[in-house]
This record gives sequence, structure tokens and C-alpha cells, in this order.
Amino acid sequence: MSTTSATAVPPFRVESATPASRAAAVVGLLLLAVLATAPAWGGSGFMKLLIEFFTLLALAQMWNLLAGYAGLVSIGQQAFVGLGAYGLFVGTDRLGLHPLLAIPVLAAVIALIALATSLFAFRLHGGYFAIGTWVIAEVFRILVSGAKEVGAGNGVTIQGAAFLGPQGRLALTYWLALGVGFGSVILVAWIMRSRLGLALRALRDSEAGAESLGIDVFRTKLAVYLIASVGCAVAGAIIYLSLLRIQPNAAFSVDWTARMIFIVIIGGLGRIEGPIVGALVFIGLRETLADFGSLYLVILGVVAIGLTLLAPRGLWGLFVARFPMVSFGAQPRLVMGAQTPGGAGPPPGTTPTEVA
Amino acid sequence: MAALLELDHVAKAFGTVVVADELSYTLAAGEILGVVGPNGAGKTSMLNLITGSLQPDRGRILLDGRDITAMPVHARARAGIGRTHQVPHPFGGMTVFENVLIGASFAGQRTGADPRTATVAALERTGLLAHANTPAGALTLLDRKRLELARALASGPRLLLLDEIAGGLAEHEVQALIEIIRALRGEGLGIVWIEHIVQALVSVVDRLMATNYGRKLAEGAPKTVMASPEVQSVYLGQGIRA
Ligand SMILES: Nc1ncnc2c1ncn2[C@@H]1O[C@H](COP(=O)(O)OP(=O)(O)OP(=O)(O)O)[C@@H](O)[C@H]1O
Ligand SMILES: [Mg+2]
Repeated sequence: MSTTSATAVPPFRVESATPASRAAAVVGLLLLAVLATAPAWGGSGFMKLLIEFFTLLALAQMWNLLAGYAGLVSIGQQAFVGLGAYGLFVGTDRLGLHPLLAIPVLAAVIALIALATSLFAFRLHGGYFAIGTWVIAEVFRILVSGAKEVGAGNGVTIQGAAFLGPQGRLALTYWLALGVGFGSVILVAWIMRSRLGLALRALRDSEAGAESLGIDVFRTKLAVYLIASVGCAVAGAIIYLSLLRIQPNAAFSVDWTARMIFIVIIGGLGRIEGPIVGALVFIGLRETLADFGSLYLVILGVVAIGLTLLAPRGLWGLFVARFPMVSFGAQPRLVMGAQTPGGAGPPPGTTPTEVA
Repeated sequence: MAALLELDHVAKAFGTVVVADELSYTLAAGEILGVVGPNGAGKTSMLNLITGSLQPDRGRILLDGRDITAMPVHARARAGIGRTHQVPHPFGGMTVFENVLIGASFAGQRTGADPRTATVAALERTGLLAHANTPAGALTLLDRKRLELARALASGPRLLLLDEIAGGLAEHEVQALIEIIRALRGEGLGIVWIEHIVQALVSVVDRLMATNYGRKLAEGAPKTVMASPEVQSVYLGQGIRA
């Protein structure tokens, strides 16, 4: 058995971090450090706004992972927001778990539920997949609406976190939201640099090409579906740790997914920066237009339609087209020539040459 | 010892269009089988049947004597089947380096080779090193075909299926390609090479097969096959250089 000879390969190295991506990582960590201290200096209004921002950011990152990277356009992610909400209630109020313990437990259980729903959803493709995910969410809403154990149609109020006190609960929820917001960005960045990310980007461009090079398209998409479902469930649990009052029609409302889609589309589909920009715009618009009542929804709609027409790659796409050097993309560059930083010193008389 | 590849009475039709008609043949490791046939003869379909992107209506496909007919495409690629597409399928948003890295990282897992090293080797071999950081979507058609070959090579295949990769190349480029293919045979790969440039094929293949309507017209020594009456009648007036 023989393979292509890979013996006499010229020296090379692969650079995957760009100056912009390093700068973004440093700025991000500094921001995280500053924001983590907010319970000591921020008002509760400020913290609640940030809880909303970071949980929406996490939801949008998950939807972006599904639709933007794996081509799985779901309109049923509210299934997992709702399951996360009820999972938190069962964990804290029925099982008496601390919220910090209830969240990983519900994440594990909901991963199994997502595996089960995938058996149905993954039989469908394209538009049918989208409808199928929505049907799944509706089924959960109807099931929960009929379950007396969790208050049926009236819903329930989480009381199992009351022992924390109002300030303690706010601080905990805030830190969890910060964690899930930053965590979602780090998770997506890490995925995109992993083998899974390589597979995802390949099958986004050509499924036929990806398969013929050994990529298991089904398992790749399934992995994304599971990650995104659990991500939405965790974010949903944190949202309801803040809201406390859970009603099936609200928790399983398609509005959740509509928000995710809005944020991702205006920010930029298939780009890690998209949901960050989109969530900022969404919260900004909501805050400034709060007095307009339902007109606010009309304005959101007009903004979304206008942007998809004028900037189909979203605001971030528009920005990167102007300033390409700011892209934090993880595209590795092959650099031929001897090692410079760190590794074995360059052979005498050679300098690393960049390949155009 | 079982042959590297065996087709055993493989049949496939799209409605009334027959693309494989009880097709049977074997290929050994270190052997090159050339395939010729008019447009629409079913040559690409035959490769699709071997890679699994098409399912036969009847018959079996064996790799090393193992029946792979039910195996999905990606598993066959991981088992060592590499192919180039007649119409290239580049990952347009990724660089040439990343495109080739995919072949090395996934289908190439089996070889245990370092994916990056295998990628650089494949890029160098196919003359794409200078384009390593170019987005694949920006390549010319010829370079896209080179990319198809580089991706397949990076996966360290044992069976290589080539679908019209010489079309459009200049004479000296065809020669360079033939050198690569010879060297691959020397490394023990079994190769199926579909090409309309019969001259190029005849100069390197061990066996030639002519097909039409999914049926084998003739198979054997290249010169004999091209001279056979069946092949002559099919090619008459087709403008194929023999
Ligand atoms: N998926 C498909 N569905 C229906 N018909 C198909 C399909 N794939 C191929 N065909 C038909 O099967 C026939 C054989 O096609 P194929 O691509 O295998 O021919 P080929 O020998 O590779 O031709 P060429 O030399 O032009 O590349 C053609 O008539 C084609 O239109
Ligand atoms: Mg063809």
C-alpha cells in the first residue's frame, strides 16, 4: 500500500491568526474583565439590558451556526428556548437544584431530546426542514400546555432561585449571561478553527466536493444541530432565570427565532461578527424606539428588508468590504520558507518568503 | 489476492438512458485503465457509481474484494477512493491551501500522514503552490482542474479516478500530467482515467476500455482497442484523434 510521497516537502508554516484577530481577542478579554465587575458598580437597569444583549447574542450565534455555516435554516429554535426555560424550572423548583447545577443538567437532557428531534428534522431538507423544526417547536408547546405538572397553559413561576435574594439572583444571572454571550463567540471561533469548522465551510461551498473528500455531511450537520440546540436551551434557561415567569405560549414563541434571524441577517449571515453587530443594532433600535409602540415592529421590519436588499451580507459584510484588513476570519495562510518565530532557526541565508 | 477494484455486472439507467449496462471489469494496484467513449456514453456515471454518488440498479462494486456497493460516498473516500470531477467542485470561499487540506484531513485520515505536510506535497506536485493562498473561487478553469487533482492526491488515495483532467491543457502541460500519473502508478495506485485526448491516454495506460451507452465495446491493449471495428464505427466522424 502506498500513498503520495510526502517526503521532500519544502519548509513551510501555517499562520492562522491575523493581527486583527489577536487584537479582537485582547480587547474582548479586557471587556469581559471590566463587564464582570458590573454587579459592583452597574445599576440593575444596566445589568438587565446587558443580560438581554448577551443572551440574544448567544441565541443569534447559535442560529448563525445553524443557518450561516451548516445551511440548516431552522424556524423552530424556540423549541429549545422553551425547553431550557422549563428545564430550569424542573431543576430548581422540582429537583431543588442550585441554578448553577440545574443548567448543566438541563443541557445534558436537552442534548438527548435534540438527538431525538433530529431523527425527524433530518429526514427533511431545505424548506421542509424549516417547517419541520417549527412543527417540532409547536409540538413541544402543545405538550407543555397540557402538562399540569408544569402549570399547563398558565405556566409557572420559578421560585427555586429565591434563596439568592433579588441582588444575588441578578448578579448570578448577569454573570451567566456574560458567560453564555462571550462563550458563544468563543465556541463559534473555536469550532471554525477545528476540523468541524473546516468541514462546515467546505460543505457550505460544495456538498458533492465535501463528500468526495471524506466529509460525513450528515454527522457534520447533526453536530451543529446538537450544539445549537443545547446553546439555545442554556441561553433560554438564563433568560428565564431573569424573567422567572414562564408561559408556554411565550417560551415556545416563534418570536425567539424571529429575533435570532433578524439579528443574524442585519449583522451578517455566516460571519462570527454578524450576530454581535446585529444584537447591538437590535438592542439599540429597541431602546430608542421603545416609545413608538407597535410602530417599532414596523420599523424593525423595514430595517430588515432594506438591509437585505442593500447589504445582503449584512452590516458587517458591508464594513469588511470597505476595510478588509479588519476581518477576524480564521483563514490560515500557507507561508513557504523556514521557520522564524519560536521554531528551529532559519537556515543561513534564507528569509521566509510569502507566497502571493 | 483480490483486485483493487472490481465492477461486477453493474447496471444503471436513468429512465431509458442506460449509463451502465452489465459493466464488469477489474483493476489491479499499480495499473492504469484508460476509458474512452463518446459524449453521454456513461463514463462520468461510471465514476459516480464507483465513488457512491450514484447507486447502481443491479450489480456490485468491490474494493479489495470487499463489497462497497452500500457504502456512502464519504466512507468510500476514507477507504482510499480519490476522484477528480469533470466539472470542478471547488470550495470557492476557501483558499487553495484549505481546499487541499480538506482532502488531507478527512479522506486522508487513513494514511496517518500529517495533513499539512500532505497538503504542501500535493500542491507542489500539481504546480499549485504559488496559488496556495488564493481563494479557490478566483482560479481559472484549468487551475480548478489542477485543484481537483491536488485535493485527491492529498488524501493519499489507493484508487484514483480521473475525469477529463487533460482537456484544455497545452502540450507540455499534458506531458507533465502524464509524468505525474506515471509516478503515481509507480507508487502503487490503481488509476481509472477518462479522457477524450486518446493520444495522451494511449501513451501511458496499461489497458484501454471503450464504452458507449454504458456498454463495454472493447477492452485490452490500447492500440488494439482503438483499431477494433466497434470503436472505429462509434468514432467515425466524431473527430476523436486515435
Ligand atoms: N443524474 C442524472 N439524471 C439523469 N440523467 C443523467 C444523470 N447523470 C447523467 N445522466 C445522463 O446519462 C448520460 C451519460 O452521462 P455521463 O455524464 O455519464 O456521460 P459521459 O460519458 O461522462 O459524457 P461526457 O463525455 O460528455 O462527459 C447522459 O445522457 C446524461 O444526460
Ligand atoms: Mg463525463
